Amino acid sequence: MLRRIISGLVIAILFIACQAHSASLAELKAIAIGEPDARIEALNKAVVNADALTAAFLQALADDAVKVAGDGLVVVKDGKGFDPISGASMPVPVGAEDVMINNRMRGELDSALAVLKLFSKDDKIRIAAIKQLQSDADESKLPLIEKAFSAEANAQIKEQLGLVRAAALLNSADKTKRLEAAKLLGTSTQANTKTVLLARLQVETEPDVKSALQNTLRQVEASLAWGDRLGALFSGISLGSILLLVALGLAITYGLMGVINMAHGELMMVGAYATYVVQGLFQKYLPGAFDWYLLASVPVAFMASALMGAALERSVIRYLYGRPLETLLATWGISLMLMQLVRTLFGAQNVGVENPSWMSGGVQVLGNLSLPYNRLVIIAFAVFVLLSVAWLISQTRLGLFVRGVTQNRAMASCMGVNTARIDTYAFALGSGIAGLAGCALSQVGNVGPDLGQGYIVDSFMVVVLGGVGQLAGTVYAAMGLGILNKFLEGWAGAVLAKIAVLVIIIIFIQKRPQGIFAMKGRSAEA
Amino acid sequence: MQSSNSRRFTLKALTAAVALTTFSALPALAADTIKVGILHSLSGTMAISETVLKDTVLMAIDEINAKGGLLGKKLEPVIVDPASNWPLFAEKTKQLLGQDKVSVIFGCWTSVSRKSVLPVVEEMNGLLFYPVQYEGEELSKNVFYTGAAPNQQAIPAVDYLMSKEGGAAKRWVLLGTDYVYPRTTNKILRAYLKSKGVKDSDIDEKYTPFGHSDYQTIVADVKKFSAGGKTAVVSTINGDSNVPFYKELGNAGLKAKDVPVVAFSVGEEELRGVDTKPLVGHLAAWNYFQSIKNPSNDEFIKKWTAYAKAKGIAGHKDKALTNDPMEATYIGINMWKQAVEKAKSTDTDKVIAAMAGQTFKAPSGIVSKMDEKNHHLHKSVFIGEIKADGQFNVVWKTPGPVKAKPWSPYIEGNSVKPDEPVKK
Repeated sequence: MLRRIISGLVIAILFIACQAHSASLAELKAIAIGEPDARIEALNKAVVNADALTAAFLQALADDAVKVAGDGLVVVKDGKGFDPISGASMPVPVGAEDVMINNRMRGELDSALAVLKLFSKDDKIRIAAIKQLQSDADESKLPLIEKAFSAEANAQIKEQLGLVRAAALLNSADKTKRLEAAKLLGTSTQANTKTVLLARLQVETEPDVKSALQNTLRQVEASLAWGDRLGALFSGISLGSILLLVALGLAITYGLMGVINMAHGELMMVGAYATYVVQGLFQKYLPGAFDWYLLASVPVAFMASALMGAALERSVIRYLYGRPLETLLATWGISLMLMQLVRTLFGAQNVGVENPSWMSGGVQVLGNLSLPYNRLVIIAFAVFVLLSVAWLISQTRLGLFVRGVTQNRAMASCMGVNTARIDTYAFALGSGIAGLAGCALSQVGNVGPDLGQGYIVDSFMVVVLGGVGQLAGTVYAAMGLGILNKFLEGWAGAVLAKIAVLVIIIIFIQKRPQGIFAMKGRSAEA
Repeated sequence: MQSSNSRRFTLKALTAAVALTTFSALPALAADTIKVGILHSLSGTMAISETVLKDTVLMAIDEINAKGGLLGKKLEPVIVDPASNWPLFAEKTKQLLGQDKVSVIFGCWTSVSRKSVLPVVEEMNGLLFYPVQYEGEELSKNVFYTGAAPNQQAIPAVDYLMSKEGGAAKRWVLLGTDYVYPRTTNKILRAYLKSKGVKDSDIDEKYTPFGHSDYQTIVADVKKFSAGGKTAVVSTINGDSNVPFYKELGNAGLKAKDVPVVAFSVGEEELRGVDTKPLVGHLAAWNYFQSIKNPSNDEFIKKWTAYAKAKGIAGHKDKALTNDPMEATYIGINMWKQAVEKAKSTDTDKVIAAMAGQTFKAPSGIVSKMDEKNHHLHKSVFIGEIKADGQFNVVWKTPGPVKAKPWSPYIEGNSVKPDEPVKK
């Protein structure tokens, strides 16, 4: 990517080389050192007739790679020094200091570079540059933008560039130009356009321009509102998918088997720590394949929690079937022990689990709506886990036995089903799914010994609300709670939303104690 | 009935016995060590920030002991873990003062934990050194505040963001964890912003619970709010919630040059678990950064690096980081040592008197002075931008130390409050 940008830059520079002149050290120094206002002025002057050298220097400045050493400047790349004028390699002087780049300077540099990139031959680079300029085009860049606009051949890009040009023209002294710009901007779907329009509205004195601006503002706001609504819906679905993952394991251990498993959260934590361990192993032995550690950690997290669950079932829980209070106390005790175990092994502090690089960033859907990759991956993962579980329960022999045992244990036993073994398998399955949830949670939240504590209440809430013993109910409850929570949060804030959701659930459970879906038939009374 | 009677009797007898042994044992004990209490959360949501402060105190104790101790005695650390559980802070303080008889306590991070400790320290006439920036509105005879008051952190940060250099912000999102420090700081900031002509409609105040981990809605709201004009976010989010918050910020593509976020509780240590590349340019306001260059800071970092390596402190043994509360802790314990030497005693009242006007060459590059009256340090204010390597690039600083104003003039009724602890 970087190479492409640089090559694009070089081409861009060749394009305007006819008028370019070679930069002198004094000019470069004026951009790098001194009072901020003077530096920005020097920068804007340099951009107008920049050559390849200046462009490369600006890029180096934006990358924080330029250092000041005494009277001279040096560009540092991968520990080696280069002369900014000749490009020859030179040693980095001792005591060389970083050039001071703050947000304001960085913004100016980025938009200067973007203007230069407008002349690239590569469509993608031009589009990226336009996106950049949408937020910070000003009149000083207008001549170059105009030039790029008249030279642009791609109609789609030309239209986008037209919006950038209009935004810059909005502050023009010529009233007709302003009017034209205000009308043009109505098709924009960018949040930045609203900012520009609002800023202009405050200083605009001409009444007809003002009304045109207000009209445009209404259009832009209407299209932005759609992005907002979709954004809220997406974050609701994303929260819902997390709740679903968290509750799905419990839907099996509590919903189907009737075990009030207070250690469910800690089984998630085990899965998250398994992910952390796999990450550590990849860092140590397979640093080249680090980006794929998450795929390897999915089965590891499942197995770690499933084995832990099986051990729990064999050693403690099987003696307590049909005694909910004792189960509750015992599993609560186990949860404390698991937490302490992790504290002893890994320390009480949170551990860092990194997102693989393909999960950072997001995809831009609308002007003001971008969907982060890690959320998208988790939604897909939740769907995958849900389908697998549904398939396992409804289509396989194990699933048949599990259903048989939960519906009528005595009868299943009479038919030759080893009910004790099925209990262990089912509990291990539920625990393994908790481990998968832990693996997913490690990508969005903190991994620490009390990770499970934060989700145990949520997961019980989802299962109870959905109706005990129903997978479908769990799905509806998780999605419903996620979306409800996010819409309330947008309206009343995070703290109030949490309270409101709890109140709504209490009222709901009072009216309908069996949850959204009630089990029908004999098994419900058992 | 009888059993309760006999229990009461045993209790009385025990108390008497304990009192007796304490009296008789006191000289013997005193000859041995001076006990120093360390009250920082080593687990729970605040462990991310507080654990390293415990190690800082231990390092300073080692250092003092290596130089022959204090008043001819060795210092003995007593470490307790209040586990980010606010009422437990008070209980542990009672234990430290009543049972372990510590001479001084270094501890607390969140204001809610300090508020929980305060009545106990005052009641039992203990001595607490509190090393973290906080909201002010408090002045206790028994507490020395070595972190910043609002006028030493929050207000200069807002001033910077309002300046042309800082981006000339017109709209403000005040975002925090839901407890006393963010609420009070935001109250002060709101009043301050209003005094600068910012309208209420241009201020958006938001809170999340402790340990909150889903910042999608909040980041989306900030994005939406920022369309209305140049916006800056003032974050008083505390503890490990910062990691998901900054992750979300990076993923949503909210760049610092468009919407700068200035944080008051995020330093080098909190950024350890975060990919800082998308966060370059976001800001933090502190009275110390690891990246500050001066001889006393070089020495401080060198000491800490060596100590972390020797003790194998998780994380720091490979990549030693220092931060503002560590510096404040270090200044605190050294000033306490100087005060004890001046008072020639560890008696609380004598040490409090000796603390006034103490100075110490701080790693931040100034000679830090404990105010003669108001129990707060004079501090320089620095504003730093996050760099790609997780360190901070100092972009602004005050010309010299600033005197703390614990009673912010932007809260009504504070102008009449005296700038020193009220005698009871």
